Amino acid sequence: MKFGVVVFPGSNCDHDAWYAVSANLNQKADFIWHDSTSLGDVDAVILPGGFSYGDYLRCGAIAKFSPVMTAVKRFAHDGGLVIGICNGFQILVESGLLPGALVRNKGLKFLCKTVELAVAATNSPFTTQLRQGQVLRLPIAHGDGCYYADQETLEQLEAEDRVAFRYVQNPNGSLRNIAGVLSRERNVLGMMPHPERAADALMGSIDGLGILQSIVNTVSHLPLAEMTGLR
Amino acid sequence: MSTITAELLESHRVTPDEYQHIQKILGREPNFTELGIFSVMWSEHCSYKSSRLHLKKLPTRSKLVLQGPGENAGVIDIGGGYAIAFKIESHNHPSFIEPFQGAATGVGGILRDIFTMGARPIAVMDALRFGALDDPAVGVRNRRIVEGVVSGISHYGNCFGVPTVGGECVFDPSYSGNPLVNVFALGVFKHDEVFYGRATGVGNPVIYAGAKTGRDGVHGATMASAEFTEESKQKRPNVQVGDPFLEKLLLEACLEAMKTGAIVGIQDMGAAGLTCSTCEMGSRAGTGIEIDLQYVPQRETSMTPYEIMLSESQERMLLVAEKGREHEVYAVFKKWGLDAVQIGVVTGDGILRVKDHGKVVAEIPNRELADEAPLYDRRHDRPAYRTVPLDGPEVPASKDLSKDLECLMTSGDLCSKRWIWEQYDHQVRTNTVQGPGADAAIVRIKETGTSVAMALDGNGRYCMLDPREGAKLMVAECCRNLSTVGALPVAATNNLNYGNPERPEIMKQLVEGIEGMGEACRFFETPITGGNVSLYNETLGEPIHPTPVIGVVGLMQTQQPTGALFRNPGRAVVLLGGVGMCEPRRFGGTQYAKVILKEVWGLPPALDMEYEKRVQTAIREVIGTGLAESAHDVSDGGLAAALAECSFGPSGVGARITLDSSLRPEYLLFHEGPSRIIVSTAEPEAVMQIAIRKGVEALMIGETRAGTLEISNRGVTLVMAGVTQLRTRWDEALPALLGVSA
Repeated sequence: MKFGVVVFPGSNCDHDAWYAVSANLNQKADFIWHDSTSLGDVDAVILPGGFSYGDYLRCGAIAKFSPVMTAVKRFAHDGGLVIGICNGFQILVESGLLPGALVRNKGLKFLCKTVELAVAATNSPFTTQLRQGQVLRLPIAHGDGCYYADQETLEQLEAEDRVAFRYVQNPNGSLRNIAGVLSRERNVLGMMPHPERAADALMGSIDGLGILQSIVNTVSHLPLAEMTGLR
Repeated sequence: MSTITAELLESHRVTPDEYQHIQKILGREPNFTELGIFSVMWSEHCSYKSSRLHLKKLPTRSKLVLQGPGENAGVIDIGGGYAIAFKIESHNHPSFIEPFQGAATGVGGILRDIFTMGARPIAVMDALRFGALDDPAVGVRNRRIVEGVVSGISHYGNCFGVPTVGGECVFDPSYSGNPLVNVFALGVFKHDEVFYGRATGVGNPVIYAGAKTGRDGVHGATMASAEFTEESKQKRPNVQVGDPFLEKLLLEACLEAMKTGAIVGIQDMGAAGLTCSTCEMGSRAGTGIEIDLQYVPQRETSMTPYEIMLSESQERMLLVAEKGREHEVYAVFKKWGLDAVQIGVVTGDGILRVKDHGKVVAEIPNRELADEAPLYDRRHDRPAYRTVPLDGPEVPASKDLSKDLECLMTSGDLCSKRWIWEQYDHQVRTNTVQGPGADAAIVRIKETGTSVAMALDGNGRYCMLDPREGAKLMVAECCRNLSTVGALPVAATNNLNYGNPERPEIMKQLVEGIEGMGEACRFFETPITGGNVSLYNETLGEPIHPTPVIGVVGLMQTQQPTGALFRNPGRAVVLLGGVGMCEPRRFGGTQYAKVILKEVWGLPPALDMEYEKRVQTAIREVIGTGLAESAHDVSDGGLAAALAECSFGPSGVGARITLDSSLRPEYLLFHEGPSRIIVSTAEPEAVMQIAIRKGVEALMIGETRAGTLEISNRGVTLVMAGVTQLRTRWDEALPALLGVSA
């Protein structure tokens, strides 16, 4: 399969994501420049971490206006798999592809550390290789990672089993310990922790591979429509 | 045109002798702009006029050194067709005035030094010095400076996308009015991708790229202000403001533009901005540069030539491109949304000619400006400055050594720095094999399959007690840190932080420090490939401790890191190098003296460099053969502190240590003699064999075990501590000292 890694001005985990899927998972991967109006022939899109457009105004707020996001929205609407990591998650919520918002960490400081995540939803193309309740050790590195949504949205997320991951020990004040959420159609995942940083034993954890491998398995073995329940 | 008055010279810190020299070079009086240009280029910061004579004593070459001092950064060969560029630089003064931006632009400046060479920055480390946090008078201010500096480094490095992989942080009252922020950066590239700051090729276009020029930092290198009106002063903050996003774009654009093959030379605009980059690029190439300031992108109106030439606005680059191919360069910068415009041309006359709308406003010979800065052999005929006696008080017998250990482990210098480094992204680029909190950081090089280890060290307290021996100890410790993680130290960069060199007793510290560092670097075969000198770190006549800082890089195979932490109970604990020696005077420089006795005296620990080298060779073999489960060197706080640090792992494994020494307990536990490394191993005999072969003493001093750290000597229990409890105190001490939440 082929991943597309979107590069915004200020993305800085783009290469890490590319390296994880190409070197660690041996898949094809292309970079997609932010002013591109087409995603090419990719099977899944990664919105990487970093500081797109300097994160000026608000994290992800400017990136949502870039031409590539129109293509990403179309791709997602058609059932394509999109994973937003860290700044990518912030862009997804700003773009309306995922509900809620990511606000300043409770401690007001940027925080880089390895945290434990519990897998909360296995019924998604990003979590086929994971078990319910399984604990993953993944790095976080963000200043604005506190997940916030109104009560109604939170209830809906829970009811529709769309909370993908929860922090075992909440590092940033996220409501209901939410670390990652799925779109209603389950083909878009946003998460603050970095699976691409835990894809190589040398870096201290390979727990991120399960998420990336789930995408590969989904794309390679199952027709999209069947998996996402769309069309 | 203003006339040059004595007051004007004074405010530009140009001496009468220097002014005569300027007149001789020009064959006439300089105008105001030219005086400004000379004053920054001949400032201590840019010209090293007080230190240059002595810096020549440092070793700068080895088989691996591809580029020594004189360029933007040193370069060494790491094999496989790849090289690394690295350097350390200070941003001390700005960080005191405006901690956040001062530290942030310190990071920005050194990163530009690395990528201007063509290397992609892959690691940053910081050496920080702050005043005491608990001082009743200035503690609040010092705490605010710590928070600001750490936020600034975090802000810039994280957004730029370079991991901050290590560093060190020390608190001492001598830094209260002069905090130190020294930033080290390292980048990687292919041998044939090296770029130099040379304006070659007469007729080639000179291109300005990056951020627009403003009035910020006009004072940066000289503090020239007397001639400005009050109104203009208010507009001119002394400290530059950094934009890491812009720097990230500049990085990508520069590296991409370099790949076009159209760039012949490039230099960043750091200290002394456009002035320094134009004259240095011309001087190195033996050419002249002619620019017209009307083409310089400006973000403020009505800027004078003086201001434009002296501005230290951040995130700017000066490039020389091959004539006819400049559009290839422009296309790349346009892609990244950055300004890139031709502002001038390379000439053959060796003159820096600055025009403003066609009218010449400055005309100075490049070489004389860049290379003929005055060189001073400052007096250093007085004993080095020191504030403490050689002989100290009788060290009282401790009532509770366990309590002493806890006090040490929760003191500013020895406590966990987690609160600091968790604010730094230390993992971006996914190369960090070993990050902050270790003896040395290890970063893998994806391109070669090998790894680079790096560490920073400095010990102002030792250097105050003996500037020469302190500098040698610093080099020895930094090399030991690298050896302890299994790396072979191969090269170094230095940052010399001292007081006012016009005082002979301070100059003596500097000379002794450089000579000591030179001797040790020669001995450990770690040539200095570049660095920085920061002088005049004084407030109200009170200098900082002489604080040379060294950054050493080492090479190693890529492998799972050994780490400092005990992992499993039941392993033998071996003290490589032995218990060591101590005497009253040598105890006066220890953390125990500073923290527990609250009095510093005497001399730093004694160093035997021959023995140190053998210990380092031995530990590298122990690590290389996979015999060690953990390895950690003994330094500040002595053996007991090092054992405690080994016990602070997630597994909660401590040790039961049984010593057999005639040293008094305070010395035995807390003396800071060098050349010692604690190893835990399942194969102690094999470790001992290596030690014997290398001629190094090695003692089996005990066994790891779950839950407690117990140290006894000749049957008497000296220390008994629960590791989880001690670890928690150690871990939470810094936020508590800062009065912030953990």
